[in-house]
Amino acid sequence: MTKILEESPILLQQPLDAHTHLLRLGARQIAREVQPGQFVHIKQISSGNSLLRHPFGVAATDLKNGTVDIIYREIGAFTRTLTTLSSNDTLSVLGPLGHGFDVTCHRALLVGGGTGLAPLLFLASLLGPQKADVLMGGRTKSELFWQNLYRPFVAKIFVTTDDGSCGTRGTVMAALPSLLTQGYDRVYTCGPSPMMQAVAGACAAQKIPCQVSLERYMACGLGACLSCTCKGREKRLKVCTDGPVFWAQEVEW
Amino acid sequence: MVNLLNVNLAGIPLKTPVIAASGTFGFGREFAELVPLEELGAVCIKGLSLRPWEGNRGQRVTQTPSGVLNAIGLENPGCDYFLEHILPQLRTYKVPVIANIYGHSVQEYGEVARALDTDGICAVEINISCPNVKQGGLALGTDPAVITEVVRAVKKNTHKPVITKLSPNVTDIVCLAKAAEKAGSDALSLINTLLGMKIDIRTHKPVLGNIVGGLSGPAVRPVAVRMVYQVAQHVAVPIIGMGGITCAEDALEFMMAGAKAVAVGTANLYQPDTVHTLTQDLQTYCEEKHLSNLQDIVGVALPQGKKSMLYSQGVKG
Ligand SMILES: Cc1cc2nc3c(=O)[nH]c(=O)nc-3n(C[C@H](O)[C@H](O)[C@H](O)COP(=O)(O)O)c2cc1C
Ligand code: FES
Repeated sequence: MTKILEESPILLQQPLDAHTHLLRLGARQIAREVQPGQFVHIKQISSGNSLLRHPFGVAATDLKNGTVDIIYREIGAFTRTLTTLSSNDTLSVLGPLGHGFDVTCHRALLVGGGTGLAPLLFLASLLGPQKADVLMGGRTKSELFWQNLYRPFVAKIFVTTDDGSCGTRGTVMAALPSLLTQGYDRVYTCGPSPMMQAVAGACAAQKIPCQVSLERYMACGLGACLSCTCKGREKRLKVCTDGPVFWAQEVEW
Repeated sequence: MVNLLNVNLAGIPLKTPVIAASGTFGFGREFAELVPLEELGAVCIKGLSLRPWEGNRGQRVTQTPSGVLNAIGLENPGCDYFLEHILPQLRTYKVPVIANIYGHSVQEYGEVARALDTDGICAVEINISCPNVKQGGLALGTDPAVITEVVRAVKKNTHKPVITKLSPNVTDIVCLAKAAEKAGSDALSLINTLLGMKIDIRTHKPVLGNIVGGLSGPAVRPVAVRMVYQVAQHVAVPIIGMGGITCAEDALEFMMAGAKAVAVGTANLYQPDTVHTLTQDLQTYCEEKHLSNLQDIVGVALPQGKKSMLYSQGVKG
């Protein structure tokens, strides 16, 4: 697996809802290498006095045009800066980093919330409707623009919202247990940690293999600085290189 | 190509004076796909203690203006694991390896040094100054009497050149440098990180799990240059200068202040090809300035009378 450092022009900046945006980067070599679940580590070329890179799971690639898409939410200084960039700007992109999803499944349920749905989208595009359904959780209806993004790649879309404005009322856990009896042989989950922990627990109860994609504050993304480690069942895990995707049973919640 | 960059550092022949700083370059292998490791002067590996160490809880790294605060807490797999599983692979890279070591007591420093007194390690760097470990850490690094004890314990247990890495969190760096030299240290590294902290005003809590952390990166460079400049006037052993080096110009500053070699730390974390670019630019600098070797500029910024000390050690030759 090769890691590449590219200077990537911004090709598209598209708002998906009030706070979520899709960013398309010209990164031909990374597009060729990256697997679903892997991430790219991004900084501005001249980033002034903020030094570190920021990790984003890849949401889509286009091999013909050599592009990589990420989907981000405005949550901090860096993502706020990202929203101000346009197609004249260039970012420094390092990737692909980390280990992606194991795709040896027949019928998978993808369970995500928030921007956790971004790396799962790339996975869905690889698995396709023969193999993938998605269960997405959101606070309210307006967050579920994700349905449109997933529609081409999955057979069924299940939705939960905290306020009941769309789909089942509650978290993904309101819908998950009954879905798990419908013949899935794999669950992939990415989103807030409490959600993933609950999903992993439900899968363990039904003996369905589950992969989780963890998020940790990362500096190097290369396994060098140990800013991202966490406790695993058997050994300490580096989220950036041993993960971010793990089998649920490897993780000590 | 004539080698304009080679240097002999305390008996260790290095291809270039550019070293990857401890804790920011893993065990070298993490960067093997992004930089030609054989081009480096040396790789200084993540600090090792005798037994595995889990490090600090909570968030370990955060950004500050032009800097990074870290509180990793010296997580490491321990000497045995390193010797069995990591060193064999390290030996296959054609680059000298400096082992950065840490002990929770004076005695443990000696034991780690002995465990690592093996082929494939070219020198030992004593991390006497990490601010992130509660037991001892900082206290050890700031007391000249303790530095003396630690350096002696390490010297007694190794055949390798010993480098002492000093803490900048002191009022008189020269006094500590002299203590390390007198105790037999073959070289000095300066500086380690500066103690700092950051508070999240939304949560009303410190950002780092360890509350305080070590500040590094360009923000600390002027402090580091000042310390190298001060120490270079009072010791005869060679100095490895570090603290916020991002490019050849930064490295030259340290060398002019009296550092025979330099180390790049934080920059590796965000621009992983820094050591490669920096080395090439130093080579270009030598060519443009018609230097016979980059060592010609070591200490040129020091006050007149003080340069003679460096020249008498053969820094120039
Ligand atoms: C994430 C991180 C981990 C570090 N770990 C160690 C270590 O294990 N041992 C050590 O002696 N210094 C350690 N340091 C200090 C660096 O080696 C270096 O002395 C310091 O960061 C100043 O240089 P810089 O500004 O180029 O990073 C660490 C620094 C950082 C940023
Ligand atoms: S981010 Fe540096 S080790 Fe994971």
